[in-house]
Amino acid sequence: MSGAAVSFRGVSKRYGPVDALADFDLEVKPGEFMTFLGPSGSGKTTALNVLAGFTHATAGEVMIDGRSVGGLPPEQRNVGMVFQSYSLFPHMNVFENVAFPLRLRGVAKAEVARRVGESLDMVRLADLGGRMPKELSGGQRQRVAFARAVVFEPPVLLMDEPLGALDLKLRQAMQLEIKRYHAQLGCTIVFVTHDQGEALALSDRIAVMGEGRIAQVDTPDRIYDYPKSRYVAEFIGKTNILTLEPGNAGAVRIVELGCDVPAQGALAEARMISVRPEKIERAAGRREGLIDFTARIDEVLFLGDLVHYSAVLPGGGALLFQEHRGPGATVLARGDTIELGFLLSDALPVSGREAAATAVGA
Amino acid sequence: MLAFIRRTWLLWPAIGLLLVFFLVPSLDLIQASVMNPDFTLEHFERIADRKVYLAVFWRTLQVSLIVAFLAALVGYPIAYFINLQPRKTQFLLIFLIFIPLWMSVLIRSYAWMIVLGRDGIINTALLGLGLTEEPVRLLFTSGAVYFAMLQILLPVQIVTAYSAMTEIDMDLMRAARVLGARPWQALRRVFIPLSLDGTITGAIIVFMLSMGFFITPALVGGRQDMMLANLIEFQVERLNWSFASALAILLLLGTVLTVIVIRRLGNLITRRIA
Ligand SMILES: Nc1ncnc2c1ncn2[C@@H]1O[C@H](COP(=O)(O)OP(=O)(O)O)[C@@H](O)[C@H]1O
Ligand SMILES: [Mg+2]
Repeated sequence: MSGAAVSFRGVSKRYGPVDALADFDLEVKPGEFMTFLGPSGSGKTTALNVLAGFTHATAGEVMIDGRSVGGLPPEQRNVGMVFQSYSLFPHMNVFENVAFPLRLRGVAKAEVARRVGESLDMVRLADLGGRMPKELSGGQRQRVAFARAVVFEPPVLLMDEPLGALDLKLRQAMQLEIKRYHAQLGCTIVFVTHDQGEALALSDRIAVMGEGRIAQVDTPDRIYDYPKSRYVAEFIGKTNILTLEPGNAGAVRIVELGCDVPAQGALAEARMISVRPEKIERAAGRREGLIDFTARIDEVLFLGDLVHYSAVLPGGGALLFQEHRGPGATVLARGDTIELGFLLSDALPVSGREAAATAVGA
Repeated sequence: MLAFIRRTWLLWPAIGLLLVFFLVPSLDLIQASVMNPDFTLEHFERIADRKVYLAVFWRTLQVSLIVAFLAALVGYPIAYFINLQPRKTQFLLIFLIFIPLWMSVLIRSYAWMIVLGRDGIINTALLGLGLTEEPVRLLFTSGAVYFAMLQILLPVQIVTAYSAMTEIDMDLMRAARVLGARPWQALRRVFIPLSLDGTITGAIIVFMLSMGFFITPALVGGRQDMMLANLIEFQVERLNWSFASALAILLLLGTVLTVIVIRRLGNLITRRIA
């Protein structure tokens, strides 16, 4: 089986005054693992529902494999779907659940048995065909839902927060499983989550969503390293947003730090920069070109190998930074005053609203 | 012992009530049916000898089964329709369906007499429209009994089936659709099997209530529509307590056995259509 391309062309969906989706444009390549990432209410489920055929778009077009599917009911779109609550049929056992899509397609009995067997093998539940859904653990139900969604070899598989109901350990194990299934099946996957870690770990590309719009589409590393907006920078991981204003001739001033830096390239036009906590280090005047400043440690989150700090800047602003505990490294304490610094090349100009700290990074 | 008390004490009031108000009278009933004044089976022999009692028993069973079946058939789509409405509309509709339950069966049966009688609404309308020269005989017919009983018991069926339907996760229907089911296939393979149990429960309640009906057949039916409860009432009026008890036991046994059969059959069907 191989994947099909999926395109959203200017798709909009209104619910009364709410724009659940607004001018949504996206091209998913065949076989790609695409994740919709965004906070609750950002339109992820709506986008999936439009693709699956449960919701009709107010405007725009959805295409699968180059053909517009706007007029087709869900059963004719030939996409697999895994729901957050699994939605296994409670009156059918595991085998019957997985056989359901095959029987609807008129597949011969022996062939049904063979393919259900293969699917259950893939999710390592070959022995549980006779169990009823209520006799399974959460993780097992999740796998049955997955087997059922792919048993008819759909070229596109949709998953709406499929791991949301599992506990952390199981979620991490299932992430690895899903990666394995994807490699094995080769189908296009459109995956929805509000968990940025999950998105970074699984995806070929991530579409970060906010208020029904796509904020940025990119590979996980580029989304993390080169967020285009403050919204994306703060949603993916943690970051520090610092404000710029025109400084002395040929320089810009970083307001929170009260220091001037040369206005080179993009920095000249930017009004904000994003600096990741892991890019900030103790200065001690070691490195060339380090922008350094003084701060007072306010909070310490000790994780063993890693320590997260929150520091207060002389101007009153807060700054997050973190340290791996290298050889001989000490742990700072609340109230310590310390010299910190970062490289200008690690400061990324971002666009977006300046005021109101909308820190969503978790 | 202490652990047993701690685990079960919440049930004691209910068990006490059942003992005093159900088990004791039932034993009384059984005892009364085999005493005159010493032990005898003469009452049961009389039931078996005189054809009329068994005939009335079979008719009671038949009427109740048909009413239960019709209630399920008519009530299911109504419950389904209500379940498809937005939340607020659902509450309103269920409230409307409950209203007739606040009126006594007696009053509702009288209402049917007014509707079906010679000078009733239907005959007046038929005569007025010139569709008939003479008033049509509607009241005191078997049809009137079926109709009135169905109307009186339908709310019970609708509410029972509806509450079973509200338990169904509608995402299951979406799952069925995206897996390849056309709307009616999703209905037939997912929704109906999951709501059938509650619907059968509703039909069983309707059946049990029907078996005990006597006001409605007495008011809107003819002589031929007498039900077993009418015979019991007749005997009680004559103070034939023992014979009335024997008839009551026949009614009880018939009801219990039929309910068991319906349940079994229902489970079989549910498994078959899934
Ligand atoms: N059936 C609906 N009726 C009205 N508003 C809806 C409906 N479905 C979604 N919305 C609204 O659309 C927006 C996007 O919702 P959704 O796509 O479910 O977001 P997400 O899955 O990202 O949490 C939300 O503001 C939500 O309230
Ligand atoms: Mg959602």
